[in-house]
Amino acid sequence: MKNRSLISITDYSREEILRILELAADFEANPNQPLMTDKVVATLFFEPSTRTRLSFETAINRLGARVIGFSDSASSSTTKGETLKDTIKMVSNYADLIVMRHPLEGSARYASEQSRVPVINAGDGANQHPTQTLLDLYSIKKTQGTLENLTIYMVGDLKYGRTVHSLLMAMSHFNPTFYFVAPKEMSMPKEYLRFCQQKGIKYYEQSDISNLETADILYMTRVQKERFSDPMEYERVKNTYVLRNSMLDNTKDNLKVLHPLPRVNEIADDVDANTKAYYFKQAENGVYTRMAIIASIMGLK
Amino acid sequence: MSNKKQLQVSAIESGTVIDHIPAASLFDVITILGLDRIPNQITFGANLDSKKYGKKAIIKVADKFFEPDEINKISLVAPNAHLNIIKDYEVVEKKHVTIPDEIVGIVKCFNPKCICNHESVQTRFRVMDKEELALECHYCEKITTRDELRMV
Repeated sequence: MKNRSLISITDYSREEILRILELAADFEANPNQPLMTDKVVATLFFEPSTRTRLSFETAINRLGARVIGFSDSASSSTTKGETLKDTIKMVSNYADLIVMRHPLEGSARYASEQSRVPVINAGDGANQHPTQTLLDLYSIKKTQGTLENLTIYMVGDLKYGRTVHSLLMAMSHFNPTFYFVAPKEMSMPKEYLRFCQQKGIKYYEQSDISNLETADILYMTRVQKERFSDPMEYERVKNTYVLRNSMLDNTKDNLKVLHPLPRVNEIADDVDANTKAYYFKQAENGVYTRMAIIASIMGLK
Repeated sequence: MSNKKQLQVSAIESGTVIDHIPAASLFDVITILGLDRIPNQITFGANLDSKKYGKKAIIKVADKFFEPDEINKISLVAPNAHLNIIKDYEVVEKKHVTIPDEIVGIVKCFNPKCICNHESVQTRFRVMDKEELALECHYCEKITTRDELRMV
């Protein structure tokens, strides 16, 4: 992984994924490891994202490196009409590593081709967000002890959900069983069902959150009103995909509830106190996972 | 009554004949191969009758021989094209075009939010399915299908 950009979760093999998770555990045990005191990392957020940016900047700081960058394209030379190519070429002459979020799909791949230094994709439009997937995998491995042979429920917007698509692709290395729970309008797209079929991965589709007795992981995502062509259909289904604490009775002891955040109303407040609610710890895991990714790309671990 | 098929486009001494181009794709083939920008003598016929394909077009380029990489690009718009290589007025070789595994610079990405539709980025696609033509964009990873195919 040394000196290679991370643009898409498919850039990493099964072994490379496991290696990152191993390193993340190392950083969790020992979060302050100033391995990069002589390095500068650029965080270029062409579209705002407080959580991801702060998570990356924390990771970079705990590694001892310095951060430069911007958090909004309005505060960058994009306002002067500078192309992405020029911005990247310029910044890759200043920094040792670039972390980038951009509203256009494919922007990170393009940036990695223009840059002299590795690029980490922190989200390119509706396409990829590989560091989220890796932190999701770390959370799963940590809480389940393994990634193999798990039963994973994915709930909510499975059609547009970047994180669920990516998690599905990554978990395909590990023999999962999937349950897809979504309103008809938001169901898992055919390409991903075909992907599962081709890989011999068992999946089931259901229309509500029930039948959770075999679940190891419950991955919640938000069902967005804007995605529905019929607002009345949204009204009809919006409560079907809300997780309440009582639904977690009769679930396995090892079950964990994950959510990429921000959560709106799809996880009721009464779930937060349940020991199975893992979503805030999941976000914290993002720092350790990002430290692992950065350290491995810089060739330090 | 004679049913002899008349050749409506005259023969060339040496060069390449591209036959069985769908009539609608003639000018896309010319553009893809850059035939509008070379000095060679070119004859082409449009909307000719074809027993097998209905209406076809045919292009004859004198003194030009194409590399497989070059000519296979037309497979996107003329998947059944036949090539006849001519030397001394004789057909010395017959070939079919095949769809390559990667397509650079000819097709537009159908995703309006792809970077290649916003900055001057040469398009690049991986051919995921040659039957149903599914082109995966190297940048945005979305699929452009045959119906969505537009030349750059």
